[in-house]
Amino acid sequence: MEKSGLRHWLLAGFFALFVAFLYGPTLTILILSFQGPDGGLTFPMRGVSLHWFVNLFQPQMVGDFGGALRRSLALALIVMGLTVLIALSAGLAFRRRCFGATALFYLTVASLIVPSILISLGIGLMFNLAGLPPAWWSSALGAHLTWTLPFGVLIMLAVFNRFDRSLEEAAHDLGASPWQGFRFVVLPLILPSLIGVGLFGFSLSYDEFSRTVMAAGSQNTLPLEIFATTTNVTTPVLYALGTLTTAFSLALVVTVLIAVLAMRRRRRATA
Amino acid sequence: MSSLPRDAVSAVALPAAPAGAVGARASREPGRLLPYLQSLPLWLVMGGFLLLPIAAIVVVSFWDDQDYALVPAFIFDNYRDAFSSSVTWSTYLSTLRYTAIVWAATLAIGFTAAYYLAFHVRSMLWQMVLFQICAIPFLTSNVIRMISWIPFLGRNGLLNRALIGLGLTDHPFEFLLFSPFAVCLAFVHLYTLFMMVPIFNTMMRIDRSLIEAARDGGAGPVAVLRHVVVPLSLPGIAIGTIFVVTLVMGDFVTVQMMSGGQSASVGLLMKNQISLLQYPSAAAQAVVLLLTVLLMVWAILRVVDIRKEL
Repeated sequence: MEKSGLRHWLLAGFFALFVAFLYGPTLTILILSFQGPDGGLTFPMRGVSLHWFVNLFQPQMVGDFGGALRRSLALALIVMGLTVLIALSAGLAFRRRCFGATALFYLTVASLIVPSILISLGIGLMFNLAGLPPAWWSSALGAHLTWTLPFGVLIMLAVFNRFDRSLEEAAHDLGASPWQGFRFVVLPLILPSLIGVGLFGFSLSYDEFSRTVMAAGSQNTLPLEIFATTTNVTTPVLYALGTLTTAFSLALVVTVLIAVLAMRRRRRATA
Repeated sequence: MSSLPRDAVSAVALPAAPAGAVGARASREPGRLLPYLQSLPLWLVMGGFLLLPIAAIVVVSFWDDQDYALVPAFIFDNYRDAFSSSVTWSTYLSTLRYTAIVWAATLAIGFTAAYYLAFHVRSMLWQMVLFQICAIPFLTSNVIRMISWIPFLGRNGLLNRALIGLGLTDHPFEFLLFSPFAVCLAFVHLYTLFMMVPIFNTMMRIDRSLIEAARDGGAGPVAVLRHVVVPLSLPGIAIGTIFVVTLVMGDFVTVQMMSGGQSASVGLLMKNQISLLQYPSAAAQAVVLLLTVLLMVWAILRVVDIRKEL
Protein backbone atom coordinates (compact mmCIF):
# COMPACT_ATOMS: atom_id res chain seq x y z
CA MET A 1 0.00 0.00 0.00
CA GLU A 2 2.86 2.33 0.95
CA LYS A 3 4.61 1.64 -2.34
CA SER A 4 1.58 2.25 -4.53
CA GLY A 5 1.06 5.55 -2.70
CA LEU A 6 4.57 6.60 -3.66
CA ARG A 7 3.95 5.57 -7.29
CA HIS A 8 0.77 7.61 -7.30
CA TRP A 9 2.57 10.75 -6.18
CA LEU A 10 5.42 10.22 -8.61
CA LEU A 11 2.92 9.99 -11.46
CA ALA A 12 1.02 13.02 -10.20
CA GLY A 13 4.30 14.94 -10.03
CA PHE A 14 5.14 13.90 -13.57
CA PHE A 15 1.74 15.05 -14.77
CA ALA A 16 2.17 18.40 -13.02
CA LEU A 17 5.54 18.86 -14.71
CA PHE A 18 3.95 18.01 -18.04
CA VAL A 19 1.29 20.68 -17.53
CA ALA A 20 3.98 23.19 -16.51
CA PHE A 21 5.87 22.28 -19.69
CA LEU A 22 2.72 22.89 -21.75
CA TYR A 23 1.91 26.25 -20.19
CA GLY A 24 5.31 27.62 -19.15
CA PRO A 25 6.33 29.27 -22.42
CA THR A 26 2.88 30.77 -22.95
CA LEU A 27 2.92 32.26 -19.47
CA THR A 28 6.37 33.69 -20.16
CA ILE A 29 5.19 35.63 -23.19
CA LEU A 30 2.03 36.63 -21.34
CA ILE A 31 4.20 38.34 -18.72
CA LEU A 32 6.64 39.79 -21.24
CA SER A 33 3.86 41.31 -23.35
CA PHE A 34 3.34 43.80 -20.51
CA GLN A 35 6.99 44.84 -20.84
CA GLY A 36 7.72 48.56 -20.37
CA PRO A 37 8.36 50.75 -23.44
CA ASP A 38 12.15 50.38 -23.09
CA GLY A 39 12.10 46.64 -22.45
CA GLY A 40 13.33 43.97 -24.82
CA LEU A 41 12.43 40.45 -25.88
CA THR A 42 13.70 38.82 -22.71
CA PHE A 43 13.67 39.43 -18.98
CA PRO A 44 14.23 41.60 -17.00
CA MET A 45 11.01 43.56 -17.17
CA ARG A 46 11.73 47.27 -17.52
CA GLY A 47 8.55 48.50 -15.99
CA VAL A 48 5.01 47.35 -16.65
CA SER A 49 2.90 48.89 -19.41
CA LEU A 50 0.34 48.35 -22.12
CA HIS A 51 2.72 50.05 -24.55
CA TRP A 52 3.06 47.04 -26.88
CA PHE A 53 -0.67 46.38 -27.04
CA VAL A 54 -1.22 50.01 -28.07
CA ASN A 55 1.65 49.70 -30.52
CA LEU A 56 -0.05 46.70 -32.09
CA PHE A 57 -2.98 48.80 -33.24
CA GLN A 58 -1.00 51.72 -34.56
CA PRO A 59 -1.14 51.91 -38.33
CA GLN A 60 2.61 52.38 -38.80
CA MET A 61 3.20 48.87 -37.47
CA VAL A 62 4.83 46.53 -39.96
CA GLY A 63 2.26 44.37 -41.68
CA ASP A 64 -1.49 44.50 -41.69
CA PHE A 65 -2.71 42.82 -38.51
CA GLY A 66 -6.20 44.27 -38.63
CA GLY A 67 -6.85 42.99 -42.14
CA ALA A 68 -5.24 39.62 -41.40
CA LEU A 69 -7.32 39.26 -38.22
CA ARG A 70 -10.56 40.08 -40.09
CA ARG A 71 -9.73 37.60 -42.85
CA SER A 72 -8.80 34.88 -40.36
CA LEU A 73 -12.02 35.39 -38.38
CA ALA A 74 -14.18 35.36 -41.52
CA LEU A 75 -12.41 32.28 -42.84
CA ALA A 76 -12.65 30.47 -39.50
CA LEU A 77 -16.41 31.20 -39.31
CA ILE A 78 -16.99 29.91 -42.85
CA VAL A 79 -14.86 26.82 -42.14
CA MET A 80 -16.77 26.26 -38.89
CA GLY A 81 -20.16 26.35 -40.62
CA LEU A 82 -19.10 24.15 -43.53
CA THR A 83 -17.34 21.66 -41.23
CA VAL A 84 -20.47 21.20 -39.10
CA LEU A 85 -22.80 20.81 -42.10
CA ILE A 86 -20.55 18.54 -44.17
CA ALA A 87 -19.47 16.37 -41.20
CA LEU A 88 -23.09 15.99 -39.98
CA SER A 89 -24.27 15.13 -43.47
CA ALA A 90 -21.48 12.59 -43.97
CA GLY A 91 -22.08 11.18 -40.49
CA LEU A 92 -25.73 10.55 -41.43
CA ALA A 93 -24.63 8.94 -44.70
CA PHE A 94 -22.18 6.61 -42.92
CA ARG A 95 -25.05 5.24 -40.79
CA ARG A 96 -26.35 3.43 -43.83
CA ARG A 97 -24.61 1.06 -46.14
CA CYS A 98 -23.77 2.73 -49.39
CA PHE A 99 -21.34 2.07 -52.18
CA GLY A 100 -18.04 3.91 -51.79
CA ALA A 101 -18.44 4.66 -48.09
CA THR A 102 -15.27 2.76 -47.17
CA ALA A 103 -13.26 4.56 -49.84
CA LEU A 104 -14.59 7.90 -48.65
CA PHE A 105 -13.71 7.03 -45.07
CA TYR A 106 -10.12 6.11 -45.94
CA LEU A 107 -9.82 9.23 -48.09
CA THR A 108 -10.92 11.35 -45.12
CA VAL A 109 -8.39 9.68 -42.82
CA ALA A 110 -5.71 10.12 -45.50
CA SER A 111 -6.51 13.83 -45.58
CA LEU A 112 -5.48 13.95 -41.93
CA ILE A 113 -2.11 12.26 -42.36
CA VAL A 114 -0.93 13.61 -45.70
CA PRO A 115 1.89 16.06 -44.82
CA SER A 116 0.52 19.59 -44.77
CA ILE A 117 3.12 20.95 -47.17
CA LEU A 118 1.80 18.56 -49.84
CA ILE A 119 -1.74 19.92 -49.52
CA SER A 120 -0.37 23.44 -49.61
CA LEU A 121 1.87 22.85 -52.63
CA GLY A 122 -0.78 20.78 -54.43
CA ILE A 123 -3.54 23.34 -54.05
CA GLY A 124 -1.15 26.11 -55.07
CA LEU A 125 -0.14 24.14 -58.19
CA MET A 126 -3.75 23.25 -58.99
CA PHE A 127 -4.83 26.90 -58.93
CA ASN A 128 -1.73 27.83 -60.91
CA LEU A 129 -2.49 25.23 -63.61
CA ALA A 130 -6.14 26.27 -63.74
CA GLY A 131 -5.08 29.90 -64.14
CA LEU A 132 -6.98 30.97 -61.01
CA PRO A 133 -5.47 33.34 -58.47
CA PRO A 134 -5.34 31.71 -55.02
CA ALA A 135 -7.25 33.57 -52.32
CA TRP A 136 -8.12 33.07 -48.69
CA TRP A 137 -11.80 32.46 -49.50
CA SER A 138 -11.15 29.85 -52.20
CA SER A 139 -7.88 27.91 -52.07
CA ALA A 140 -7.17 28.51 -48.38
CA LEU A 141 -10.78 27.59 -47.53
CA GLY A 142 -10.30 24.24 -49.30
CA ALA A 143 -6.96 23.69 -47.59
CA HIS A 144 -8.55 24.33 -44.18
CA LEU A 145 -11.42 21.95 -44.87
CA THR A 146 -8.96 19.12 -45.60
CA TRP A 147 -7.71 19.64 -42.03
CA THR A 148 -10.98 20.27 -40.12
CA LEU A 149 -13.25 17.74 -41.85
CA PRO A 150 -11.36 14.57 -40.86
CA PHE A 151 -11.69 15.59 -37.21
CA GLY A 152 -15.35 16.52 -37.69
CA VAL A 153 -16.24 13.30 -39.52
CA LEU A 154 -14.40 11.09 -36.99
CA ILE A 155 -16.26 12.82 -34.14
CA MET A 156 -19.62 12.39 -35.89
CA LEU A 157 -18.86 8.69 -36.51
CA ALA A 158 -18.10 8.22 -32.81
CA VAL A 159 -21.30 10.08 -31.89
CA PHE A 160 -23.54 8.03 -34.18
CA ASN A 161 -21.84 4.78 -33.10
CA ARG A 162 -23.00 5.46 -29.58
CA PHE A 163 -26.39 6.79 -30.63
CA ASP A 164 -29.36 4.74 -29.42
CA ARG A 165 -31.45 4.04 -32.52
CA SER A 166 -34.41 2.88 -30.47
CA LEU A 167 -35.05 6.53 -29.59
CA GLU A 168 -35.68 7.28 -33.24
CA GLU A 169 -37.82 4.18 -33.60
CA ALA A 170 -39.86 5.25 -30.60
CA ALA A 171 -40.42 8.64 -32.21
CA HIS A 172 -41.47 6.90 -35.40
CA ASP A 173 -43.87 4.61 -33.55
CA LEU A 174 -45.42 7.64 -31.88
CA GLY A 175 -46.18 9.04 -35.30
CA ALA A 176 -43.31 11.44 -35.84
CA SER A 177 -42.38 12.05 -39.43
CA PRO A 178 -38.77 11.28 -40.33
CA TRP A 179 -38.00 14.98 -40.38
CA GLN A 180 -39.64 15.46 -36.96
CA GLY A 181 -37.67 12.48 -35.68
CA PHE A 182 -34.47 14.14 -36.82
CA ARG A 183 -35.39 17.64 -35.72
CA PHE A 184 -36.83 16.84 -32.28
CA VAL A 185 -35.00 13.65 -31.27
CA VAL A 186 -31.67 13.27 -33.05
CA LEU A 187 -30.65 16.90 -33.39
CA PRO A 188 -31.14 17.92 -29.72
CA LEU A 189 -29.21 14.84 -28.59
CA ILE A 190 -26.22 15.45 -30.84
CA LEU A 191 -26.26 19.24 -30.53
CA PRO A 192 -23.44 19.42 -27.93
CA SER A 193 -21.26 17.28 -30.22
CA LEU A 194 -22.11 19.50 -33.18
CA ILE A 195 -21.09 22.57 -31.18
CA GLY A 196 -17.87 20.75 -30.29
CA VAL A 197 -17.20 20.00 -33.96
CA GLY A 198 -17.85 23.64 -34.85
CA LEU A 199 -15.62 24.97 -32.10
CA PHE A 200 -12.85 22.56 -33.05
CA GLY A 201 -13.20 23.51 -36.70
CA PHE A 202 -13.07 27.20 -35.83
CA SER A 203 -9.89 27.01 -33.80
CA LEU A 204 -8.13 24.59 -36.16
CA SER A 205 -8.82 27.02 -39.00
CA TYR A 206 -8.05 30.19 -37.03
CA ASP A 207 -4.60 28.81 -36.12
CA GLU A 208 -3.85 26.91 -39.32
CA PHE A 209 -0.47 27.72 -40.82
CA SER A 210 1.26 24.98 -42.79
CA ARG A 211 -1.62 24.05 -45.13
CA THR A 212 -2.34 27.71 -45.84
CA VAL A 213 1.18 28.89 -46.55
CA MET A 214 1.08 28.40 -50.33
CA ALA A 215 -2.68 28.56 -50.71
CA ALA A 216 -3.55 31.96 -49.27
CA GLY A 217 -2.67 34.15 -52.22
CA SER A 218 -1.55 37.71 -51.78
CA GLN A 219 -3.53 38.47 -48.62
CA ASN A 220 -2.24 36.78 -45.48
CA THR A 221 -4.26 35.11 -42.78
CA LEU A 222 -3.28 35.96 -39.20
CA PRO A 223 -0.89 33.01 -38.55
CA LEU A 224 0.91 33.77 -41.84
CA GLU A 225 1.13 37.43 -40.87
CA ILE A 226 2.53 36.52 -37.45
CA PHE A 227 5.07 34.20 -39.03
CA ALA A 228 6.18 36.90 -41.46
CA THR A 229 6.49 39.27 -38.50
CA THR A 230 8.81 36.96 -36.57
CA THR A 231 11.54 37.56 -39.13
CA ASN A 232 11.51 41.35 -39.02
CA VAL A 233 10.01 42.44 -35.71
CA THR A 234 12.25 42.27 -32.66
CA THR A 235 10.09 44.01 -30.08
CA PRO A 236 7.63 42.65 -27.51
CA VAL A 237 4.81 43.66 -29.87
CA LEU A 238 5.12 40.06 -31.04
CA TYR A 239 4.29 38.85 -27.55
CA ALA A 240 1.38 41.27 -27.29
CA LEU A 241 -0.01 39.74 -30.46
CA GLY A 242 0.54 36.22 -29.12
CA THR A 243 -1.17 37.09 -25.85
CA LEU A 244 -4.16 38.63 -27.63
CA THR A 245 -4.79 35.72 -30.01
CA THR A 246 -4.33 33.18 -27.21
CA ALA A 247 -6.73 35.10 -24.96
CA PHE A 248 -9.21 35.25 -27.82
CA SER A 249 -9.07 31.46 -28.41
CA LEU A 250 -9.41 30.80 -24.69
CA ALA A 251 -12.36 33.16 -24.29
CA LEU A 252 -14.13 31.44 -27.17
CA VAL A 253 -13.61 27.95 -25.71
CA VAL A 254 -14.74 28.97 -22.24
CA THR A 255 -17.85 30.72 -23.60
CA VAL A 256 -18.89 27.70 -25.63
CA LEU A 257 -18.21 25.28 -22.76
CA ILE A 258 -20.35 27.37 -20.44
CA ALA A 259 -23.11 27.53 -23.06
CA VAL A 260 -23.07 23.74 -23.50
CA LEU A 261 -23.15 23.15 -19.73
CA ALA A 262 -26.03 25.60 -19.36
CA MET A 263 -27.90 23.85 -22.15
CA ARG A 264 -27.44 20.47 -20.47
CA ARG A 265 -28.66 21.84 -17.17
CA ARG A 266 -31.74 23.31 -18.80
CA ARG A 267 -32.49 20.02 -20.52
CA ARG A 268 -32.14 18.16 -17.24
CA ALA A 269 -34.49 20.66 -15.63
CA THR A 270 -37.15 20.21 -18.30
CA ALA A 271 -36.80 16.43 -18.45
CA MET B 1 -34.09 24.71 -27.89
CA SER B 2 -31.92 24.49 -30.95
CA SER B 3 -29.73 27.44 -31.67
CA LEU B 4 -28.84 26.29 -35.15
CA PRO B 5 -30.58 28.11 -37.97
CA ARG B 6 -33.32 25.83 -39.13
CA ASP B 7 -32.99 26.59 -42.83
CA ALA B 8 -29.29 25.86 -42.87
CA VAL B 9 -29.74 22.49 -41.22
CA SER B 10 -32.76 21.46 -43.25
CA ALA B 11 -30.95 22.22 -46.47
CA VAL B 12 -28.69 19.32 -45.74
CA ALA B 13 -30.60 17.17 -43.35
CA LEU B 14 -34.17 17.27 -44.63
CA PRO B 15 -33.64 14.86 -47.51
CA ALA B 16 -31.73 12.70 -45.07
CA ALA B 17 -34.46 12.34 -42.54
CA PRO B 18 -36.64 9.64 -44.14
CA ALA B 19 -33.68 7.33 -44.54
CA GLY B 20 -32.11 7.93 -41.17
CA ALA B 21 -35.27 7.82 -39.13
CA VAL B 22 -37.01 4.80 -40.56
CA GLY B 23 -33.86 2.78 -40.87
CA ALA B 24 -33.07 -0.10 -43.15
CA ARG B 25 -36.62 -1.43 -43.17
CA ALA B 26 -37.84 1.19 -45.60
CA SER B 27 -36.19 0.84 -48.95
CA ARG B 28 -38.35 3.35 -50.77
CA GLU B 29 -36.73 4.56 -53.95
CA PRO B 30 -35.86 8.12 -52.91
CA GLY B 31 -34.40 6.80 -49.66
CA ARG B 32 -31.75 4.79 -51.46
CA LEU B 33 -30.12 7.81 -52.99
CA LEU B 34 -30.01 9.80 -49.78
CA PRO B 35 -26.73 8.48 -48.36
CA TYR B 36 -25.11 9.36 -51.68
CA LEU B 37 -26.50 12.88 -51.54
CA GLN B 38 -25.41 13.19 -47.92
CA SER B 39 -21.86 12.08 -48.61
CA LEU B 40 -21.56 14.19 -51.77
CA PRO B 41 -20.23 17.35 -50.06
CA LEU B 42 -17.45 15.37 -48.36
CA TRP B 43 -16.60 13.68 -51.67
CA LEU B 44 -16.42 17.09 -53.35
CA VAL B 45 -14.05 18.55 -50.75
CA MET B 46 -11.83 15.47 -50.63
CA GLY B 47 -11.80 15.14 -54.41
CA GLY B 48 -11.24 18.79 -55.11
CA PHE B 49 -8.78 19.67 -52.38
CA LEU B 50 -6.99 16.38 -51.66
CA LEU B 51 -7.05 14.10 -54.73
CA LEU B 52 -6.81 16.76 -57.43
CA PRO B 53 -3.95 18.65 -55.75
CA ILE B 54 -2.01 15.40 -55.29
CA ALA B 55 -2.69 14.56 -58.94
CA ALA B 56 -1.39 18.03 -59.85
CA ILE B 57 1.80 17.35 -57.86
CA VAL B 58 2.33 13.97 -59.54
CA VAL B 59 1.80 15.46 -63.01
CA VAL B 60 4.07 18.46 -62.41
CA SER B 61 6.80 16.22 -60.96
CA PHE B 62 7.39 14.96 -64.52
CA TRP B 63 7.40 18.45 -66.03
CA ASP B 64 10.30 20.66 -66.93
CA ASP B 65 10.94 24.21 -65.81
CA GLN B 66 12.66 26.79 -67.95
CA ASP B 67 13.20 30.40 -66.91
CA TYR B 68 10.91 29.93 -63.88
CA ALA B 69 8.03 28.76 -66.07
CA LEU B 70 6.40 25.34 -66.03
CA VAL B 71 6.84 23.38 -69.24
CA PRO B 72 4.64 20.31 -69.73
CA ALA B 73 6.81 17.28 -70.44
CA PHE B 74 7.35 13.70 -69.39
CA ILE B 75 10.85 13.60 -68.01
CA PHE B 76 12.39 11.84 -65.04
CA ASP B 77 15.05 14.50 -64.46
CA ASN B 78 13.43 15.82 -61.29
CA TYR B 79 13.47 12.38 -59.67
CA ARG B 80 16.99 11.69 -60.92
CA ASP B 81 18.16 15.01 -59.48
CA ALA B 82 16.43 14.30 -56.19
CA PHE B 83 17.92 10.84 -55.77
CA SER B 84 21.40 11.68 -57.01
CA SER B 85 21.79 14.68 -54.73
CA SER B 86 23.61 14.04 -51.48
CA VAL B 87 21.58 16.89 -49.96
CA THR B 88 18.39 14.84 -50.35
CA TRP B 89 19.88 11.85 -48.55
CA SER B 90 21.37 13.82 -45.68
CA THR B 91 18.12 15.78 -45.34
CA TYR B 92 16.10 12.57 -45.12
CA LEU B 93 18.56 11.25 -42.56
CA SER B 94 18.19 14.40 -40.46
CA THR B 95 14.38 14.33 -40.77
CA LEU B 96 14.26 10.65 -39.78
CA ARG B 97 16.46 11.38 -36.79
CA TYR B 98 14.09 14.13 -35.65
CA THR B 99 11.17 11.76 -36.18
CA ALA B 100 12.77 9.00 -34.10
CA ILE B 101 13.74 11.29 -31.22
CA VAL B 102 10.39 13.09 -31.13
CA TRP B 103 8.49 9.81 -31.41
CA ALA B 104 10.35 8.29 -28.46
CA ALA B 105 9.89 11.40 -26.32
CA THR B 106 6.20 11.94 -27.12
CA LEU B 107 5.51 8.24 -26.55
CA ALA B 108 7.21 8.23 -23.14
CA ILE B 109 5.55 11.46 -21.99
CA GLY B 110 2.18 10.83 -23.64
CA PHE B 111 1.92 7.28 -22.32
CA THR B 112 2.83 8.24 -18.77
CA ALA B 113 0.44 11.21 -18.70
CA ALA B 114 -2.38 9.12 -20.21
CA TYR B 115 -1.66 6.32 -17.74
CA TYR B 116 -1.91 8.72 -14.82
CA LEU B 117 -5.18 10.17 -16.11
CA ALA B 118 -6.76 6.82 -16.92
CA PHE B 119 -5.73 4.76 -13.89
CA HIS B 120 -4.76 7.12 -11.09
CA VAL B 121 -7.42 9.83 -11.31
CA ARG B 122 -10.50 8.29 -9.78
CA SER B 123 -13.23 10.82 -10.38
CA MET B 124 -14.66 11.30 -13.87
CA LEU B 125 -14.95 15.04 -13.30
CA TRP B 126 -11.25 15.42 -12.50
CA GLN B 127 -10.36 13.24 -15.44
CA MET B 128 -12.30 15.59 -17.69
CA VAL B 129 -10.87 18.73 -16.12
CA LEU B 130 -7.25 17.54 -16.31
CA PHE B 131 -7.78 16.34 -19.88
CA GLN B 132 -9.13 19.75 -20.90
CA ILE B 133 -6.15 21.44 -19.23
CA CYS B 134 -3.87 19.40 -21.49
CA ALA B 135 -5.99 20.11 -24.56
CA ILE B 136 -6.31 23.90 -24.22
CA PRO B 137 -2.77 24.79 -25.42
CA PHE B 138 -3.65 22.89 -28.60
CA LEU B 139 -6.13 25.67 -29.35
CA THR B 140 -3.45 28.31 -29.67
CA SER B 141 -1.41 28.89 -32.76
CA ASN B 142 1.66 26.71 -33.38
CA VAL B 143 3.61 29.77 -34.45
CA ILE B 144 2.83 31.55 -31.18
CA ARG B 145 3.70 28.44 -29.19
CA MET B 146 7.08 28.35 -30.90
CA ILE B 147 7.75 32.05 -30.37
CA SER B 148 7.03 31.45 -26.69
CA TRP B 149 10.24 29.46 -26.33
CA ILE B 150 12.44 32.42 -27.29
CA PRO B 151 12.41 34.28 -23.94
CA PHE B 152 12.66 30.94 -22.18
CA LEU B 153 15.61 29.36 -23.96
CA GLY B 154 17.55 32.37 -25.26
CA ARG B 155 21.00 33.45 -24.19
CA ASN B 156 19.52 35.71 -21.52
CA GLY B 157 16.46 33.54 -21.17
CA LEU B 158 14.81 32.26 -18.03
CA LEU B 159 16.44 28.86 -18.14
CA ASN B 160 20.00 30.18 -18.48
CA ARG B 161 19.37 32.72 -15.72
CA ALA B 162 18.04 29.98 -13.47
CA LEU B 163 21.01 27.72 -14.18
CA ILE B 164 23.47 30.54 -13.49
CA GLY B 165 21.52 31.57 -10.40
CA LEU B 166 21.69 28.05 -9.05
CA GLY B 167 25.42 28.01 -9.66
CA LEU B 168 25.18 25.07 -12.05
CA THR B 169 27.06 26.92 -14.75
CA ASP B 170 28.92 30.21 -15.00
CA HIS B 171 28.23 30.99 -18.65
CA PRO B 172 24.90 30.74 -20.51
CA PHE B 173 24.33 27.68 -22.69
CA GLU B 174 24.14 28.67 -26.35
CA PHE B 175 22.76 25.36 -27.56
CA LEU B 176 19.33 25.88 -25.98
CA LEU B 177 17.84 28.10 -28.70
CA PHE B 178 18.23 27.88 -32.49
CA SER B 179 19.62 24.35 -32.38
CA PRO B 180 18.49 20.78 -33.06
CA PHE B 181 17.72 20.59 -29.34
CA ALA B 182 15.27 23.50 -29.64
CA VAL B 183 13.65 21.85 -32.67
CA CYS B 184 13.06 18.60 -30.76
CA LEU B 185 11.78 20.47 -27.70
CA ALA B 186 9.30 22.44 -29.79
CA PHE B 187 8.12 19.29 -31.58
CA VAL B 188 7.55 17.51 -28.27
CA HIS B 189 5.75 20.60 -26.95
CA LEU B 190 3.49 20.79 -30.00
CA TYR B 191 2.73 17.14 -30.63
CA THR B 192 2.69 15.20 -27.33
CA LEU B 193 -1.06 15.76 -27.19
CA PHE B 194 -1.49 13.87 -30.49
CA MET B 195 0.13 10.87 -28.80
CA MET B 196 -1.58 11.26 -25.44
CA VAL B 197 -5.20 11.53 -26.61
CA PRO B 198 -5.41 8.24 -28.59
CA ILE B 199 -3.56 6.35 -25.84
CA PHE B 200 -5.90 7.80 -23.20
CA ASN B 201 -8.88 6.74 -25.31
CA THR B 202 -7.77 3.12 -25.57
CA MET B 203 -6.79 3.00 -21.91
CA MET B 204 -10.25 4.19 -20.87
CA ARG B 205 -11.71 1.22 -22.75
CA ILE B 206 -9.58 -1.38 -20.96
CA ASP B 207 -11.84 -3.55 -18.82
CA ARG B 208 -10.77 -2.84 -15.23
CA SER B 209 -11.59 -6.41 -14.18
CA LEU B 210 -8.72 -7.63 -16.36
CA ILE B 211 -6.33 -5.66 -14.19
CA GLU B 212 -8.00 -6.95 -11.04
CA ALA B 213 -7.66 -10.48 -12.38
CA ALA B 214 -3.98 -9.99 -13.16
CA ARG B 215 -3.41 -8.64 -9.63
CA ASP B 216 -5.32 -11.49 -8.08
CA GLY B 217 -3.20 -13.85 -10.13
CA GLY B 218 -0.15 -12.43 -8.40
CA ALA B 219 1.11 -9.96 -11.01
CA GLY B 220 3.02 -7.01 -9.66
CA PRO B 221 2.51 -3.45 -10.96
CA VAL B 222 5.27 -3.84 -13.57
CA ALA B 223 3.85 -7.15 -14.80
CA VAL B 224 0.35 -5.63 -15.04
CA LEU B 225 1.75 -2.75 -17.05
CA ARG B 226 3.77 -4.99 -19.32
CA HIS B 227 1.33 -7.80 -19.94
CA VAL B 228 -2.05 -6.08 -19.65
CA VAL B 229 -1.94 -2.29 -20.06
CA VAL B 230 0.69 -1.94 -22.79
CA PRO B 231 -0.66 -4.68 -25.10
CA LEU B 232 -4.21 -3.34 -24.78
CA SER B 233 -3.02 0.24 -25.40
CA LEU B 234 -1.21 -0.69 -28.61
CA PRO B 235 -3.93 0.58 -30.98
CA GLY B 236 -3.82 4.00 -29.32
CA ILE B 237 -0.02 4.00 -29.43
CA ALA B 238 -0.20 3.15 -33.15
CA ILE B 239 -2.63 6.00 -33.91
CA GLY B 240 -0.52 8.45 -31.91
CA THR B 241 2.59 7.21 -33.70
CA ILE B 242 0.98 7.77 -37.10
CA PHE B 243 0.09 11.34 -36.08
CA VAL B 244 3.53 12.20 -34.73
CA VAL B 245 5.46 10.53 -37.55
CA THR B 246 3.46 12.20 -40.32
CA LEU B 247 3.51 15.61 -38.59
CA VAL B 248 7.28 15.58 -38.03
CA MET B 249 8.15 14.08 -41.43
CA GLY B 250 6.30 16.82 -43.29
CA ASP B 251 7.26 19.73 -41.05
CA PHE B 252 9.07 22.79 -42.27
CA VAL B 253 8.02 25.66 -40.03
CA THR B 254 9.22 24.24 -36.70
CA VAL B 255 12.62 23.29 -38.11
CA GLN B 256 12.98 26.68 -39.80
CA MET B 257 12.00 28.71 -36.75
CA MET B 258 13.61 26.74 -33.96
CA SER B 259 16.90 25.82 -35.66
CA GLY B 260 17.45 29.40 -36.79
CA GLY B 261 18.05 28.10 -40.32
CA GLN B 262 20.84 25.78 -39.20
CA SER B 263 19.05 22.50 -39.64
CA ALA B 264 17.36 20.82 -42.57
CA SER B 265 14.19 18.84 -43.09
CA VAL B 266 12.51 17.43 -46.15
CA GLY B 267 9.66 19.93 -45.85
CA LEU B 268 12.09 22.82 -45.56
CA LEU B 269 14.01 21.56 -48.60
CA MET B 270 10.75 21.57 -50.56
CA LYS B 271 9.81 25.00 -49.27
CA ASN B 272 13.15 26.41 -50.40
CA GLN B 273 12.68 24.91 -53.85
CA ILE B 274 9.22 26.43 -53.99
CA SER B 275 10.48 29.86 -53.05
CA LEU B 276 13.01 29.53 -55.90
CA LEU B 277 10.01 28.68 -58.12
CA GLN B 278 11.45 25.24 -58.87
CA TYR B 279 8.00 23.65 -58.80
CA PRO B 280 8.82 20.42 -60.69
CA SER B 281 11.72 19.64 -58.32
CA ALA B 282 9.54 20.41 -55.31
CA ALA B 283 6.77 18.23 -56.74
CA ALA B 284 9.17 15.29 -57.22
CA GLN B 285 10.35 15.72 -53.61
CA ALA B 286 6.70 15.85 -52.53
CA VAL B 287 5.91 12.57 -54.28
CA VAL B 288 8.92 10.90 -52.64
CA LEU B 289 7.89 12.30 -49.25
CA LEU B 290 4.30 11.12 -49.70
CA LEU B 291 5.44 7.61 -50.62
CA THR B 292 7.85 7.53 -47.66
CA VAL B 293 5.12 8.59 -45.23
CA LEU B 294 2.58 6.14 -46.68
CA LEU B 295 5.16 3.36 -46.40
CA MET B 296 5.74 4.22 -42.75
CA VAL B 297 2.00 4.28 -42.02
CA TRP B 298 1.59 0.95 -43.82
CA ALA B 299 4.42 -0.52 -41.72
CA ILE B 300 2.77 0.70 -38.51
CA LEU B 301 -0.57 -0.79 -39.56
CA ARG B 302 1.14 -4.10 -40.32
CA VAL B 303 2.39 -4.25 -36.73
CA VAL B 304 -0.76 -3.08 -34.94
CA ASP B 305 -4.38 -3.68 -35.88
CA ILE B 306 -6.23 -0.43 -35.24
CA ARG B 307 -9.51 -1.33 -36.92
CA LYS B 308 -11.24 -1.83 -33.59
CA GLU B 309 -10.45 1.80 -32.80
CA LEU B 310 -12.19 3.10 -35.91
